[in-house]
Amino acid sequence: MRYQRVLLPIILVVAWEIAALAINNPFILPSLETVVPILINPFSASFTLGTGSLAENAAISIERVGLGFLLATAIAIPLGVLMGRSRALNDFFDSLIEILRPIPPLAWVPLALAWFKIGLTSIVFIIFIGAFFPILLNTIDGVKGVKKTWIEVATTLGASERQVLLKVVLPGAAPTVWTGLRVGFGIAWMCVVAAEWLPGISQGLGYLILYAYNFGQTNLIIAGMVVIGLIGLAIDLVFKKVEKKWFSWRGLER
Amino acid sequence: MALVLDSISKSFSLADGSMVDALSGISLAVADSEFVSVLGPSGCGKTTLLRIVAGLETPTSGTITLDGERIAGPSPRMAMIFQEYSLYPWRTVIDNIEFGLEIRGMTWEERKKRAIEYLDLVGLRDFAGRFPYELSGGMRQRVAVARALAIDPAILLMDEPFGALDAQTRNRLQRELLDIWEKTRKTVLFVTHSVDEAVYLSDRIVVLTPRPGRIREIVPIGLPRPRERTDVEFARIRRYVLDHVENMADTR
Repeated sequence: MRYQRVLLPIILVVAWEIAALAINNPFILPSLETVVPILINPFSASFTLGTGSLAENAAISIERVGLGFLLATAIAIPLGVLMGRSRALNDFFDSLIEILRPIPPLAWVPLALAWFKIGLTSIVFIIFIGAFFPILLNTIDGVKGVKKTWIEVATTLGASERQVLLKVVLPGAAPTVWTGLRVGFGIAWMCVVAAEWLPGISQGLGYLILYAYNFGQTNLIIAGMVVIGLIGLAIDLVFKKVEKKWFSWRGLER
Repeated sequence: MALVLDSISKSFSLADGSMVDALSGISLAVADSEFVSVLGPSGCGKTTLLRIVAGLETPTSGTITLDGERIAGPSPRMAMIFQEYSLYPWRTVIDNIEFGLEIRGMTWEERKKRAIEYLDLVGLRDFAGRFPYELSGGMRQRVAVARALAIDPAILLMDEPFGALDAQTRNRLQRELLDIWEKTRKTVLFVTHSVDEAVYLSDRIVVLTPRPGRIREIVPIGLPRPRERTDVEFARIRRYVLDHVENMADTR
């Protein structure tokens, strides 16, 4: 790693500490030494005002994201494959998708509450909405981008429709689908925090930072935000690693 | 007679509803183990003709038979080699060669064995585990040839397979193709717009006219192989074929 990559974070931390000392108001900007203990004791409930440890709340948020994300994947990929393969199905669904897509996931909150009441279902629904469209659109793109020659080679070698789908279309579209999954997960992770602000929710990282605000515990807010950022970063790194290992051929088709 | 094309015609409808004749009344009989080239300027429908034989397109009228059997749709007895972008970039060289065998449900051991055999034939054994983007254009086309041969087809259909290669590589691959052809005795139907290539490779050259593509002339090449491009007789035949092609270009 080049040193430039860590330079700015270090400067920021130092500047933060100086500013915290100068402002001397832990509600506006808590000092570093009140945030770090929370972060290095993620399994201890004694820093979190009795709402479960950082790790417990993180696990709950991850589980919610996982559910919404898997649901979105399970519907968006098959639908995207169908739309990418069939002009008629594409035209059938396209206008609806174009209308729904620009609606921010959070604009669905009131409707989610009306339909599913307060609870896990509403949260999962919001996350589903957030992850669904990037996965769908990238899957359609990926399937449409499968080279005609690849399919014709398989056809002339005697492949059935099913074999063409499984052995040519899906592997050929996989890198772009993977990008969709990566972007979709990023949005899902953003959505979970906001979805955990729904009334009646009492766990999760989003809930934790809002709860901390109600008690004036800005150090806990910042610790929670750092954890949200780190988890998002870690998962994105996993996506990138897989992309590099399996899909390094993308852009090098010849 | 192995492969018989009987009065093949093909029309396309354009966006404005009008019809364009791409091919008109193509009749041709290709014998077993014969090397036949289809030559013509771009837009003469030669690729369309090959695609019809391959079963990728249906003729507007006419029939194709292979040993008396009517062909409609892709036949397991034919394999096609495309100009480019035909290898699967997510598969290694050996996995690409195995593709057709995998489709046919051959066991893992059998298809590895067969794939290695054909890797040897095209001289790429050391590249078995490489990916297509790691190979040169000439190597990629060798892999495509090996993949086509691996399913042991009676007929190889080749659509300007060396068209995207530089001159030296092209000449080398032509020689290699003839070696392979002599070893395997496949029937070859080869589409090209290069007169030189057609004269170098073929037993017979089918010269097509442009729009609609009709057979203008079938030129038998009696020269023994390997042929020398500097040979007087070679130059004479090339001149003769070239005149035909150029004449058409003038009268268009």
